[in-house]
Amino acid sequence: MNATSITSSASEAISTAEIDASCRVPLFTLFVSGAVWLVVASIFGLLASLKFHSPGFLSDCAALTYGRVHPVATNALVYGFGVQAGLGVALWMIARLGGTRVAQPWLISLGGKLWNLGLLIGVIGVLAGDSTGFEGLEIPRYGVVFLFLGYLLIAFWTLVTLHSRKVRALGPSQWFLLAALFWFPWIYFTANYLLLSHTPIRGVTQAIVAWWYSGNLNLVWFGLVGLAVTFYFIQHLMNRPLYSGNLALFTFWTIILFASWSGIPASAPLPAWLPALSTVATVLTVITVLSVMANVHKTCGRGCSQTENPPPGKFIAFGAIAFVVSWLMNIANTIPQINSVTNFTWFTVGQWQLNVFGFFAMTMFGAIYYIVPQVTGVEWPCAKSPRRHFWLAAIGIILIALPLAIGGIVEGFNWRNLKMSNVDVAKNALNFLRVSTVGELLILLGNLMLLGNLIGLSVRYYRIHFVPVYKEATAELKPAEGKP
Amino acid sequence: MKYGPLVFLAAFFALSASWCGLVLTPQIQLGRAVQETNSVVKTDLYPAGRSGLAREGLEVYRANGCAYCHSQQVSQKGTLVDVILTAAGKNPMDVAAALNEAQVGTFSGPSVGAGLPKTVLRNVPMEKASVLANVLKKAGATAELHLVPVGPDIERGWGARRTVAEDFIADATVMPGSQRVGPDLANIGERKPDLNWQLVHLYSPSSAMAGSPMPSYAFLFDKKKIGRQPAPDALKPIGEFVPPAGYEIVPKPAATALAAYLISLRSDTPLYEAPLTPAAPATNAPAK
Repeated sequence: MNATSITSSASEAISTAEIDASCRVPLFTLFVSGAVWLVVASIFGLLASLKFHSPGFLSDCAALTYGRVHPVATNALVYGFGVQAGLGVALWMIARLGGTRVAQPWLISLGGKLWNLGLLIGVIGVLAGDSTGFEGLEIPRYGVVFLFLGYLLIAFWTLVTLHSRKVRALGPSQWFLLAALFWFPWIYFTANYLLLSHTPIRGVTQAIVAWWYSGNLNLVWFGLVGLAVTFYFIQHLMNRPLYSGNLALFTFWTIILFASWSGIPASAPLPAWLPALSTVATVLTVITVLSVMANVHKTCGRGCSQTENPPPGKFIAFGAIAFVVSWLMNIANTIPQINSVTNFTWFTVGQWQLNVFGFFAMTMFGAIYYIVPQVTGVEWPCAKSPRRHFWLAAIGIILIALPLAIGGIVEGFNWRNLKMSNVDVAKNALNFLRVSTVGELLILLGNLMLLGNLIGLSVRYYRIHFVPVYKEATAELKPAEGKP
Repeated sequence: MKYGPLVFLAAFFALSASWCGLVLTPQIQLGRAVQETNSVVKTDLYPAGRSGLAREGLEVYRANGCAYCHSQQVSQKGTLVDVILTAAGKNPMDVAAALNEAQVGTFSGPSVGAGLPKTVLRNVPMEKASVLANVLKKAGATAELHLVPVGPDIERGWGARRTVAEDFIADATVMPGSQRVGPDLANIGERKPDLNWQLVHLYSPSSAMAGSPMPSYAFLFDKKKIGRQPAPDALKPIGEFVPPAGYEIVPKPAATALAAYLISLRSDTPLYEAPLTPAAPATNAPAK
C-alpha cells in the first residue's frame, strides 16, 4: 500500500521472505491444481467447440455429448481455476499487505484439496448425467458439500491471516478481498440450498435464484477479486501509490450495491419488475467501469507505455482492458432494445468468456507469474515462456470473444428474419463459432504452458532445496582421516 | 474504511439487500404459486402438469444438457388486435359506409355480409380497433376483437404468446435456457406432436430436419436385428430416415421419456398475464 500505512515497528516486522515462505504450501496446492483444471477446462472447451464442426464427433458416447462436455468446461474454468487461483492470490496479497505470516498454511492447503476433490467428484457426476441443470451450478449435491467445506476452510484461515495483520489500516485491495471472501459462501450456500435441498424452491423462482447467483459470481466475486489484484499490482509494478483511494472506495460500493442486483436477463419470463430492476442496476455498473478506468489511467499516467512491460504487467493490463469491454458488453446486453437482438445468441457467451477468461483469468495469470518466483525464490525455467503464454492467451481470447460477439449480433438479426429457416440461422451462426475454435486451441496451448511452467519451476525448486539435503543425508560416511 | 468490521458491514448490508430483493421477494411473490384456473377458459387447471413419463423425460433433458442449446421462453413485443366482423346486421349499407369511412378497405353494401366472419382490420393497436368496433356497433353490425400477441419469436411460430412465470409451475428442474443454438422449445409439442418424428429426430436429426446441425442422440437407442416379429416401438421411416436393412432402431426408455417430455411442451393457453384469442376452432360458417 502507500508508504504511510506501513506503521509497524521494526522489532515485530516480519521479513517479506518469511511471509512469502509461509504462503508456499497453500499456493502450491491452489495454483498447480488450478492450472490442471485450466487445462481440463480448455480440453473440454475444445471438444465442445469441435462438435460444431461435425455434430457426429464423439456423439455416440453419452458422457461426451455436448450438453455434458460444455458444463464441465465452464465449471472447470470457473471453480477449478477461477475461484481457486483467486483464493490463492488473495491469500498472498492479504499476507503481504498485512505484513504477516499465513495462518495455518497446511489447513488452507487441506481446504484446497477438499475443494479439488469436490470439483472432481462433481465433474464426474456431470459427465455421468448428474448435472443439476442450473447454469453455473451444475455440480451435483455430493460435490457441492466438499467444495463448500473446502472454501470455508480456506476462507476462514485467510480471514484469520487478515485479522492477525501487523499493518492495521486496510487498503482498497483488502476491502475488495474481504468482501469477496464473505460473498461467495453466502451466494453459494443460498443457491445450492434453495435449489438442491430435499425440498427445493419451486417453479420459476429456481431460475431466478440461478440467475442471481450467476450475476453475483460473474460480476461481484470476479469483479472484486480481479480488481483487487489489478489495483495491487498496478501500484506494485509501477512502484507508485494508487491515484485515489476514495475513487477505489467508490468502485467498491458501486460493485457491491449495483452489480449484486444484476443477472436477470431483460427478457426473462418473470413479473416485469424483476428484469427491470436488474437492468437498472446493471446499467449503473457503468459507474464502476468509469471509476476503474479513471483510477487505473491516472495511476499509470504515462508510465504504461514508457518501459517494456514485464509479463505480469502485460497480463494485468490486458485483464483491465477486457474488464472494461466485457462489463460494457454486459451493460449493453441488459438494455431491452439491444437484448431483444443479442439475448439467446453467442453474444452472451462471448461476453462471459471475455469476463471470466479475458479479465479474471488473465489477471490471475499475471499475479501467478509474479507471485510464484517470489514465494519459491526460484525463477521460471524458461524466461520467454510467460511472454509466449501471454500472446497465446491474448490472441486466443480475442479470437473467441470477437467472433462470438459479432456472430451473436448477426444471429440475433437472423432469428428475426423470417426468410431464414431455423436450420439456416443455426448453421450461419456456427460459422462464427468455428473461428472461435482456433481461439480455444491457442488458449489450450497457453494453459499447457502455464502448467508446464509451474511443474518446471517445482522441479527446479525440488532440485535446489531437496536434492542437496537428500544427498547430504544419504552420503556415504567417509572414514575419519588419521585412523587406520 | 480502515477497519475490517466496517468493510464486513458494508458487504453484509449490500448482499442482504440484493438477497432480499432478488431471492426473498420473488419467493414470496411467486414461490407458492400453484396450478390455478387462471387461464381465460375458467374450467381448465393451468398448467396441466406433466405425465410421469414426461417428468422422467425432463430428467433426461437435464442430464444431457439440452438447455445449453435450446431455450424454453418465447418473448413478445406487444399485443395487437384484429377486428373481425361477425354479422353485418340489418343495414349492410351503413356498415359498408362505416368501414369505408374508417379507411380499412373498399366495401360495397351487398358484399359486406358475405363470407362472415371476416377480418376487416388486422394487427392494429387496441385504441384504433375499439374505435372501429364502436363505429360498427353504431351501424348495427357485430364485431369481435381478437388479441394477437406479436414479436419475432411468435412470427417464427415458436408460440402463440410470450412465456410467463406460470408456465414453469409444474416443473421440478426449471430450465428456461440461455441460448438458441437451435430453435426455442417452449411449444415444440404443439409444433411436432408426432412421437415417431421426435424419436427419429433424436436418433438422426438431419434425417428428420434436413441440414440440422444437432448432434445425434443415438446412445438413447438400440440397434437390433429384426427378430421374428419387429419391435412394436421401433422407429418408422420418415423423411430421409430409413433403418438399415435387416435392423430396427428401438428407443431405450430414456428416449421414449425424452420424446414424451418434448411433446408435453406446450404453453399457449391464454392467461390473464398473457392474453390472446385462440385460433377459432373449425366453424360451420358457410364457406365463401
